[in-house]
Amino acid sequence: MSIEVRSISKSFGSFLALDDVSLRVGDGEFVALLGPSGSGKTSLLRIIAGLEEPDRGTVHFHGEDATQRDARERRVGFVFQHYALFRRMSVFENVAFGLRVKSRAERPPESEVKRRVTELLKLVQLDWLGDRLPSELSGGQRQRVALARALAVEPKVLLLDEPFGSLDARVRQELRRWLRRLHDEIHLTSLFVTHDQEEALEVADRVVLLDRGKIVQDGTPEELFEKPASPFVLDFLGSVNIFHGRVASGRAHLGPLSVDYPEHPQAESAPASGYARSWEIDLARDGGETGGFLATVRHVSVSGAVVRLELTPDDGAPLKVEISRERFEALGPAPGERLRVTPRKVRVFVGEPGRE
Amino acid sequence: MRAARVTPSLLPGFGPALGVTLLGLSLVVLAPLAALLATSLRGSPAAFLAAVTTPRVVAALRLSFLLSLGAAAFSALLGLLLSWVLVRYRFPGRRLLDALIDLPFALPTAVAGITLTTLYAPNGWLGAPLARLGVPVAFTPLGIGVALVFLGLPFTVRTLQPVLASLDAEVEDAAASLGAGRFEAVRRVLFPELLPPLLTGATLAFARGLGEYGSVVFISGNMPMKTEIAPLLVMTKLEQYDVAGATALATILLVASFALLLLLNRLEAWAAGGRR
Repeated sequence: MSIEVRSISKSFGSFLALDDVSLRVGDGEFVALLGPSGSGKTSLLRIIAGLEEPDRGTVHFHGEDATQRDARERRVGFVFQHYALFRRMSVFENVAFGLRVKSRAERPPESEVKRRVTELLKLVQLDWLGDRLPSELSGGQRQRVALARALAVEPKVLLLDEPFGSLDARVRQELRRWLRRLHDEIHLTSLFVTHDQEEALEVADRVVLLDRGKIVQDGTPEELFEKPASPFVLDFLGSVNIFHGRVASGRAHLGPLSVDYPEHPQAESAPASGYARSWEIDLARDGGETGGFLATVRHVSVSGAVVRLELTPDDGAPLKVEISRERFEALGPAPGERLRVTPRKVRVFVGEPGRE
Repeated sequence: MRAARVTPSLLPGFGPALGVTLLGLSLVVLAPLAALLATSLRGSPAAFLAAVTTPRVVAALRLSFLLSLGAAAFSALLGLLLSWVLVRYRFPGRRLLDALIDLPFALPTAVAGITLTTLYAPNGWLGAPLARLGVPVAFTPLGIGVALVFLGLPFTVRTLQPVLASLDAEVEDAAASLGAGRFEAVRRVLFPELLPPLLTGATLAFARGLGEYGSVVFISGNMPMKTEIAPLLVMTKLEQYDVAGATALATILLVASFALLLLLNRLEAWAAGGRR
């Protein structure tokens, strides 16, 4: 079932959480709502679930206006960041809850409840924990119980609010891959909120990036990565270096850097900023070649497969560079050494830099 | 109960800790109770039985137990409402109201009794209109109930409040998104959480009400067979040098309330067990 929101606005007091947001999630799609905290992503999710009322705008399920429908009539599965399990009920009863509260006419018989719950617990690989209380489970297990509970009522769409937010890094990675596989199995239209770009890019078919209550970009992970719509998107999706400067006559002069910029052929100069991702920068010993600029190595941090370096150019702000361990070992740079820095890709945005 | 330590603790070893605890408990609780029992059993069993089965004693015991239970139940309901309002809503004066809840703890009980009596007497601010409606309060069992609720309320509010505050509002959202209506959500999710503190609070209020003397004697009117509470009757008997009668009545009060408290405790444990 598809989800569509049209021109949703919502404010809390004087704070505008959502500003005229429209979004469509197609049937069976897996979409991530990504944004920094306060960007309105959770509010949007809660409005879709009917847990919050929009000030303006409408919510449609499968083309039908559901704005006036109560949360419990929307048949939406909702998974909360802090699990929101019923702490006095066993895992089994938690999952069975949605079936037990159905009206007498719709309520399945006890044998059916047992079968469905067992099946769901198997699906989330927790069928051996049915008798436990939520407090006796680990965070990852609790979140899987919450998911099974949400799926028990056979929802038409699944909404997940920072589902892995309170888990540690390792469990988080495992669980999100598992969630992706689960989605590929059951093809439920899913929308999940996260502030972790890595999570969004890894799991979702499509990523919707929100900032201050507005959608700033909506596209596949590749699109967001390769064609960021704004410096904000670029900055949000990983570590970048910013070079401030001006463009004129088809060329951008950005501090120590100078690149072609045919989009601005005018002779009159305009302020501009160049962005280079920290892993799209080459380092080499200075052999007198042109291109790039020289910078002094300040700090080296070797952690895992990637080596992070901090360098300071002769003029300009410190620079973050990530290179592979192989490259690092071949180069063998030591703090204090001067290296030639050549960004492989610089994205130029004309205009005053909007935000830091 | 095992003597072995379950978790390492900051207190010195189990032996000295238990010793000090038992000594303290003996000095302030067990020794007086034992003395009471010993005194009451000094006479013959027949005399004991005769002392506690006179109509006046039976009436006083019945009044005390029934009113204490009733007031505890009422305090529990009112306390639920009050603590819900205090935890879930933000309104001007909330902190003041919150502080006011504890006032009955601090007020000398006689002051509370005199105030309530003045207020609810047939010529008092509240008593006069109520009497005109045909509901006299002071000098009736209802008046005693009012005093007991006044004293019991802080117990129920203070036991419910932290539990209510610890309830995540997300849990109610979860119930709604799973299709539960208000009634179902309250019955299946909220009520099981609130039942144990509700019982604890009611138990405390009951215990307090049963032993209360100072605030009740003013408003009750102390008419034998009608509004005479058991603690007052103990006092009366002592003043008449009927020590045997007084201790016999006190023993009944003690044993009966202990049994009731034990029962309520079991009930609480059962409710807190929580697994369905």
